[in-house]
Amino acid sequence: MTPLDKVEGRAIPFGLKNVDTDVIIPAHWLKTTTREGMGRGAFESLRADPDNLFDSADFKGAPILIAGDNFGCGSSREHAAWALGDLGIRVVIAPSYSDIFSGNAVKNGILPVVLPQSAIDRLMEVATTDPVFVDLEHQTVTTQYQDRFSFEIDPFRKMCLLEGLDEISLTEKSDAAIGAYEAKLDADRPWMRPAA
Amino acid sequence: MTRPRTLYEKIWDAHVVEQRPDATCLIFIDRHLVHEVTSPQAFAGLRASGRTVRRPDLTIAVPDHNVPTTPRLDAAGNKLPIADPESAAQLAALEKNAPEFGIRYIDATAPEQGIVHVVGPEQGFSLPGTTIVCGDSHTACHGGIGALAFGIGTSEVEHVLATQTLLLQPSKTMEVRVEGEVGPGVSAKDIILHITGVIGAAGGTGHVIEYTGSAIRALSVEGRLTVSNMAIEGGARAGLIAPDETTFAYLKGRPYAPKGADWDAAVAYWKSLATDPGATYDKSVVIDAADIAPSVTWGTSPEDVVPITGVVPAPESFADPSKQAAAAKSLAYMGLEPGTRMQDVPVENIFIGSCTNSRIEDLRAAAAVIKGRHKADNVKWAIVVPGSGLVKAQAEAEGLDRIFTDAGLEWREPGCSACLAMNPDKVPAGERCASTSNRNFVGRQGPGARTHLVSPAMAAAAAVTGKLTDVRELMA
Repeated sequence: MTPLDKVEGRAIPFGLKNVDTDVIIPAHWLKTTTREGMGRGAFESLRADPDNLFDSADFKGAPILIAGDNFGCGSSREHAAWALGDLGIRVVIAPSYSDIFSGNAVKNGILPVVLPQSAIDRLMEVATTDPVFVDLEHQTVTTQYQDRFSFEIDPFRKMCLLEGLDEISLTEKSDAAIGAYEAKLDADRPWMRPAA
Repeated sequence: MTRPRTLYEKIWDAHVVEQRPDATCLIFIDRHLVHEVTSPQAFAGLRASGRTVRRPDLTIAVPDHNVPTTPRLDAAGNKLPIADPESAAQLAALEKNAPEFGIRYIDATAPEQGIVHVVGPEQGFSLPGTTIVCGDSHTACHGGIGALAFGIGTSEVEHVLATQTLLLQPSKTMEVRVEGEVGPGVSAKDIILHITGVIGAAGGTGHVIEYTGSAIRALSVEGRLTVSNMAIEGGARAGLIAPDETTFAYLKGRPYAPKGADWDAAVAYWKSLATDPGATYDKSVVIDAADIAPSVTWGTSPEDVVPITGVVPAPESFADPSKQAAAAKSLAYMGLEPGTRMQDVPVENIFIGSCTNSRIEDLRAAAAVIKGRHKADNVKWAIVVPGSGLVKAQAEAEGLDRIFTDAGLEWREPGCSACLAMNPDKVPAGERCASTSNRNFVGRQGPGARTHLVSPAMAAAAAVTGKLTDVRELMA
């Protein structure tokens, strides 16, 4: 996973709420056995409009996406995070996310920044003409004007993003603890193993 | 004395392998369900890193999303090829990956095959008090039997395959209490559609919802699976319903369920899981069952719910400006005018199926409405897709298939079908579908398709009249 610290550039002033993962990547793009090339299907129904934001001269390849409440709701498909990553997006800024999407984003080196709607409204305005600056180490979103918005992030997620960590390798260090749990489970509740 | 705990807290506490310095915990996963769409990249990851599956005995793989619902065997019993090369490749990948990693595999042609969330409880693989994951957001479904079950992404699928654990933060708890008795024609689907309308599509975000109250306790296990299935449509990663005698009676004797003395020990443990008196939730919503009518969606978010007796709302009727904008967009997509009576909306397509509503009780409810009637002439496409091969066999033993086919509906092979437009079952652009599935998102049933979410009985009523219909009018 590519480490992420500072991201600056144009931010797509998308702003819609309840954007579901079927909109981010429709199901027919899921018929693949690899993670690559999903960007072509990203926001397909919206990009059918030739005047869409994503393909406009200003925002094509922009590293930041600004959205409304409950971004990434619906299907658990990680393909949504792969599609955003393939479009070049490293940061999403929204008031809230679906729990599954925000987890998938972090595992793919995409930072889901949570800011209140008032901050989103201001950033939407700035983003139409100017770049946005995101600093994960200091947990801030700033603009070239006086704007400075601080955001919260779980320390574990922050570390994973900053260091580009592979979570499985990390968990494998707990191998003995997992083994001990399994042994205790077999002793206390042996019926938990599937009977057949 | 220990602090009173909720059902969620008890299951969580019983699965903590390690607690990290912050609130993050390494959580043991008791059951892992795998399907063909969200697993190929996870298996490829294992292969690339030389890892194995830690607990193949706790894992079952079954294809469901891509499989066509047309016959899978020819007259001689040979497997028919899948026409779509990409779908065929995904199925072939699962068929290869499962045995290579030592995982039980249910083939598309096996009698036990079906939608992963129908198969789990039906096989007794899903049990109360367990943690269950699957690379599919409707894993919430298994909460209907009292399991902490939630959808995960492909990276997490790989993590569970490799370590049988997940790194998670505890969720907040939310109680949705439905008290009283529902009226005639009101099913579990109407209850969960109504709840989603009340709490909103983000109402449960960050929470696990426990459904309580007399109207929930009165539901069969099939009904409870329907309710919990759509917890995710209210933003909650998981739903829960406390296991009780109804749950135990449903699970007893199922293939993977405990047997003999193990069964008794299991039941004793499951009984201890109910939320303690005095335990508190972070958030509570109380709903009067008498307020729930047969329900239908008008828009492109599952929160866009009205009673069938209602009308299409005007965007200005919403207080929130962003919801006004979303409603206007939804109505344009749906081709609906504010003020139109829902019962005046014609439908050309009917889909009875999906992990929400494809169990035997769902098919019985639809058949009871259809029996002795015929689909309307303007209904071009009407399919009934049982949730598994076992549901299909049971329905056929009861003669339900004949009731559907006599009425002009098609009787199909099990799978996810028209819920998500990944297999040949799709709704054409610009056309409407009365659908028993769970999502009315833009393009969900096919590009440009217009979905109205309803119960199985309501879908059957719409098939008969050719428009969205109050099923109570056909029940007299």
